[in-house]
Amino acid sequence: MSETQYAIELKDVKKSFDGKEFVLNGIDLQIPKGKITVIIGYSGTGKSVLLKHILGLLQPTTGSIKVSGKEITEMSEDELTGLRQHYGMLFQYAALFDDMNAIGNVMFPLKEHRRKMPKAEMLQVAKDRLRDAGMDPKHFNKLPAEMSGGMRKRVGLARALALDPEILIYDEPTTGLDPVLTEMVDNLIVSTHNLRKGSTSIVVSHDLYAAFRIADHVAMLDSGRVLLHGTPEDFLNSEIDLVKRFVAKGVRKELQPKGNE
Amino acid sequence: MTRQEWQALSYGEKRERFNEAFNQFFRSIGLGIVGFVTATGELVQFGVRSIKLALRVPYRWEEIFLHMEFVGNKSIVIIALSSLFTGLALSTQIYMGFKIVNMTSMVGPTVGLGVLRELGPVLTGLIVSARAGGAMAARLGTMRVTEQIDALEVMGVDPIQYLVSPRIIATVLVMPLLTAVFDFVAMLGCYVICVYLFDIDSASMIERTTEWLEPYHLWEGLFKGALFGLFFAVICTYRGYNTKGGAEGVGNSTNQGVVTSMVMIIVLDFFVTNLINVFYQLTARFT
Repeated sequence: MSETQYAIELKDVKKSFDGKEFVLNGIDLQIPKGKITVIIGYSGTGKSVLLKHILGLLQPTTGSIKVSGKEITEMSEDELTGLRQHYGMLFQYAALFDDMNAIGNVMFPLKEHRRKMPKAEMLQVAKDRLRDAGMDPKHFNKLPAEMSGGMRKRVGLARALALDPEILIYDEPTTGLDPVLTEMVDNLIVSTHNLRKGSTSIVVSHDLYAAFRIADHVAMLDSGRVLLHGTPEDFLNSEIDLVKRFVAKGVRKELQPKGNE
Repeated sequence: MTRQEWQALSYGEKRERFNEAFNQFFRSIGLGIVGFVTATGELVQFGVRSIKLALRVPYRWEEIFLHMEFVGNKSIVIIALSSLFTGLALSTQIYMGFKIVNMTSMVGPTVGLGVLRELGPVLTGLIVSARAGGAMAARLGTMRVTEQIDALEVMGVDPIQYLVSPRIIATVLVMPLLTAVFDFVAMLGCYVICVYLFDIDSASMIERTTEWLEPYHLWEGLFKGALFGLFFAVICTYRGYNTKGGAEGVGNSTNQGVVTSMVMIIVLDFFVTNLINVFYQLTARFT
């Protein structure tokens, strides 16, 4: 992939499914390389649709999307398939293949895209990735149905890391988790990012409190547009009304003891 | 609207109401036709794409063999059991009828023609579509709602090539074999009941049956079996692949997949039978 300071650049990206209403209404966003960028927003603001555009699963109605300097809106399906090998993604509920154990899940992308790699090496890579994600070796042979929520997240992360991706995407990684597990996942995101120097992490979330613990950059979406993009400090000091309300609901409320809200 | 209310309306109002109802009726018919054509078009596109992808690298031999085992091997027992009793029941009915006109020697050929050309492929199609087709729709539906299909896409793996194509190819390959098993066991049932219960001479029954049955009767049934397999596999995988919603969506997809497949097999059988007969006439093999 070519050299540029941004991992992903979106320019005036618009998307309409019915030709009338725009889900994305002119998104301008630059996601810097080597940083953790958190994309936040209320439900229904277009976060998931934006993510699908970044992954090349949806094409914009108008606008430009560049990944490491390459325009992806003009790519063929085969080129997009190649591009997706540079991504690793952790789904909200991990989306593990339920007929494969932890090792099988992590080996799957290797079997598909590293066909010439010897099986013993694949097995070793899978075990290493699982260890990197903090998975205890005694659970390596468990099926997803036998795993706890935290274990599934670890296996999902290990699978996302299997092909050594340049860009790691986390879709609502902490939604529905208890505070202890949320903190574990946040720490996992940061430690994984630090372990893999130069990799770019994108976290899509509406958990503002968690987002501020891990983010280098924060982008807030509203009505299909980027309302604010900056550092967490820029965000906290913003005078934009909607941002202030979001922060008041999300961060300050969590940080202050009950009764001081 | 009550009768009194209707009578209270002026002529203009009645005409307006009538026109409105008339338009509504034809609009709903039109929308129904458009919906049906669109759904059929999407289904055909899905099937064609799945078969095209099966012919592209990477070839999914391992998945094809796994699904052949699932569709074929795991269906043999129910196919054998169903066909045995179909053969026994059909032979009994035909024997009762033929006995009246003193033609019991024709029970074997009649059952043979019925089973090889019609009942074999149709019943095999119905049974396997309910068992394996339903399982395909449920499996793909579950994978859809738990984002496993999205995960495949994100990993750069074509989900249709990995999940759908092998299931369709495996079904098309296995269905003629299952139809052949059905034919064999049904004829075995016919032989057993005719020879041991109705005292028809074994040698004459075999002679009559082989005299009337031709190999192309068997090929016709096997061809139909493969065709029905193709149809129900495409329908069920399509329904499963496009599942929306949670557990309810999976249930609906499975239900719709199986019901549509079963109805389609019976409808298709009529047209295919006639097409085959036209083919026989054109090639002067019609008997």
